[in-house]
Amino acid sequence: MADLHQLAQMFRELDDQLVSCMRCGMCQAVCPVFAQTGRETDVTRGKLALLDGLAREMLTDAAGVNDKLNRCLLCGTCQANCPSGVRVMDIFLKARAIMTGYFGLSGTKKAIFRGMLANPRLFNALTGMGATFQGLFTKKVDDMLGSSCARFNSPLVGDRHFKTLAATPLHKLVPELDTPAGASGIRVAFFTGCVIDKIFPRVGQAALEVLARKGVGVFLPAQQACCGIPALSSGDQATFDKLVAMNVQWFTAREFDYLLTSCATCTSTIKELWPRMFKGDPALGAAIKELAGRTMDISQFLVDVLGVTEAPAAGGGKVTYHDPCHLKNGLGITAQPRTLIKAAGCAYTEMREAGSCCGCGGSFNVAHYELSKKIGSRKAQNIMDAGADILATSCPACMLHITDMLSHKQAGIKVKHVIELYADSMKNQG
Amino acid sequence: MNTSIIKEFAAVVGDDNVMASETDRHAYSYDAAVLNSVMPALVVRPENSETLGKTVKLCNDHGLPLTVRGAGTNLSGGTIPHPGGVVVLTNGLNRILEINAEDMYAVVEPGVVTAKFASAVAALGLFYPPDPGSQAVSTLGGNVAENAGGLRGLKYGVTKDYVMGIDFWDVNGNLIKTGSRTVKCVSGYNLTGLMVASEGTLGVFDKIILKIIPPPKAARSMMATFASMQAASETVAAIIAAKIVPATLEIMDNFTIRTVENFRHAGLPTEAAALLLIEVDGHPAQVADEAALVEQICREHGAGELKVARDAAERDAVWQARRDALPALAKLRPTCVLEDATVPRSKIPAMIKVLEDISRRYQLTIGTFGHAGDGNLHPTILTDRRDTKEWQRVEKAIDEIFNRALELGGTLSGEHGIGLAKAKYMVLETNRGTLDYCRRMKSVLDPKGILNPGKIIG
Repeated sequence: MADLHQLAQMFRELDDQLVSCMRCGMCQAVCPVFAQTGRETDVTRGKLALLDGLAREMLTDAAGVNDKLNRCLLCGTCQANCPSGVRVMDIFLKARAIMTGYFGLSGTKKAIFRGMLANPRLFNALTGMGATFQGLFTKKVDDMLGSSCARFNSPLVGDRHFKTLAATPLHKLVPELDTPAGASGIRVAFFTGCVIDKIFPRVGQAALEVLARKGVGVFLPAQQACCGIPALSSGDQATFDKLVAMNVQWFTAREFDYLLTSCATCTSTIKELWPRMFKGDPALGAAIKELAGRTMDISQFLVDVLGVTEAPAAGGGKVTYHDPCHLKNGLGITAQPRTLIKAAGCAYTEMREAGSCCGCGGSFNVAHYELSKKIGSRKAQNIMDAGADILATSCPACMLHITDMLSHKQAGIKVKHVIELYADSMKNQG
Repeated sequence: MNTSIIKEFAAVVGDDNVMASETDRHAYSYDAAVLNSVMPALVVRPENSETLGKTVKLCNDHGLPLTVRGAGTNLSGGTIPHPGGVVVLTNGLNRILEINAEDMYAVVEPGVVTAKFASAVAALGLFYPPDPGSQAVSTLGGNVAENAGGLRGLKYGVTKDYVMGIDFWDVNGNLIKTGSRTVKCVSGYNLTGLMVASEGTLGVFDKIILKIIPPPKAARSMMATFASMQAASETVAAIIAAKIVPATLEIMDNFTIRTVENFRHAGLPTEAAALLLIEVDGHPAQVADEAALVEQICREHGAGELKVARDAAERDAVWQARRDALPALAKLRPTCVLEDATVPRSKIPAMIKVLEDISRRYQLTIGTFGHAGDGNLHPTILTDRRDTKEWQRVEKAIDEIFNRALELGGTLSGEHGIGLAKAKYMVLETNRGTLDYCRRMKSVLDPKGILNPGKIIG
């Protein structure tokens, strides 16, 4: 462990970015964590002041600052609304990397990131075994949502109503694809993402079906790695760099026009964070930038590139949409998913605070489940108040957490990805 | 702070509402003013009236300086604590206790967020006009303690015009009741008036009674360009001289216009030397008359482009430009010093000349926008506090801005408060006797000097 002075030196490298916060405090209006706790250390202004305090050696409790730093969903709402344009996400991710360098990575995280995520084959094998045996430890609580809870008291699981691992992950259902451009004249690569692959393969299948029906050629490499966000948000720069490098190698093996994902978090990670946060082999820089430039959310592709438009409502349940932070805040994608829902012929109803975070925040959910639940509970209430039968969204991580929240409230509301709704409507049309 | 005192506070407000760690204390050591931070010894968060009163008494018993903090958006250092002091948070006291539509008043706790209150009032078809720039997060307690203003000052006044009464705690933990729920009230000293803008130096607010009014039935907004700031400010004077009182009358200089356009790309006239943003409101017939007259006056004073908003979207676009002014300017340089020296509105043309002159002489970038209608300009100095040479020029420029505003018969602060930042200039606006009078009054009401020491009167 380096000494505090050295730590301060490292934080001083963030000075140019930290200094742009004018302490106006407007982030208090939008931060979902602050809305629950009302504590200044939970809002961005407070966290930036703490980092500044460390950099200026006004503070000695680096562990205390690290704890506060981790009480953040990385939802980016503050950045999207910051009057002085502070690059909050860059600062927080860099700060987490510095902190991890200083304190080291926890044993569990090391095992998960370096042992598992960084070895996609092993990750697949282990989760495959998990899918087979999980029934021994879990029981179903809501058949419609497909949620389960722990059979026995488990400190890690708590009272979560979680989605179990899919019996067959997407990479087993569709090991690889390399189809030429069809009627559309367009060929895309498909980045599955871990949560879709292992928990919601049906979302990936729906996306591939729609692409096939639209005459879009698909390159789905046999090997894909995690996009890297879990490692990066825990400050594990080395694993992040390794994952990005593997993905770049596999995805640049063939020609295609766009790189598509149906995971908001993967989309924003590839588009925003790969080019800015990759510290590995500089020779890959150009390829990463180029790939990021061609990366798109699936609904954005369908609406903006293929020109899918709204269709008259064809009956069925009412749908409401939750904006995943990673599409809305970073990429400004809010219209296209709603258009896609309407294109599927669904009756649409807008919920209150559709753009506020669901409270998942990846590993935030693991470390701060109670807080995560409070934020999610408000989201669930807004969904219920909208009188919808189906909650649609564009991110499988949001789907997981919202399923948990709705299952707890026994809301009787289904959770779907927008691409599933659109795929269903295409199927119905034959 | 020694642990036995911390335990006493915890016994009053509960363990969860006492924060003593270094990180927590550091996070309450600053506000939005460009000043050095000061770490408090303790932070407490009372959740009801009774524990708030006990907290105040406890501070006094131990002689601990007490600084009340709402959202910490103050621009003059009013919420920066005193060394070794206690920060008392009001965000646990955030209930709207009553909105009485029949008698048109509301009773609130000090930690209610301004915008939330305004929207709760609007939901009942009523109107709370004060709209400070930080209203999305600022608290009503803070607004009253600072006498916050906003864009509607010209016609609707500022926070003080809506405060009917305040219950507050004195340093001995007695609840002092002032004002009433009636339009008229002459029972005793106007202690409510004394508390407004007292910046937490005379008592700690427990409840506030606020006036609410019926909203205007119609409004029309417009935007006019001018070839000089002079012509724009003369137009402002002419509008007022024609006995029209617009709800909002804002001005922007060329530098601000260009910065906002760069930021939003909304098609603002970047060639214009000045822009006026005007809104008239009231009865539909009156609005139509006044809008036509304002348009005519603008043309007579050489307005170039003149755009009248035809619908809600166009009206929003007009005010978006104004709302963008500060964020757009703030992005240019690391440090943004937002001042609010205010002059009688007839002196706006003179003040604008002064600012142009100061900007040139001190080689500083100053964007000027603000509430032309009420004489409250916001010269915004864009700088980098780390550049010590430039920062020295900034400090000199600020001194001169205040001196010149006072020479023009103006005031140090229109709406941001005196706090720590402007306490040293108070004697220039008033005199030694006035400050002594204030200090004597405070020394009787707060003998140990615990209430937000160092603010306003030094």
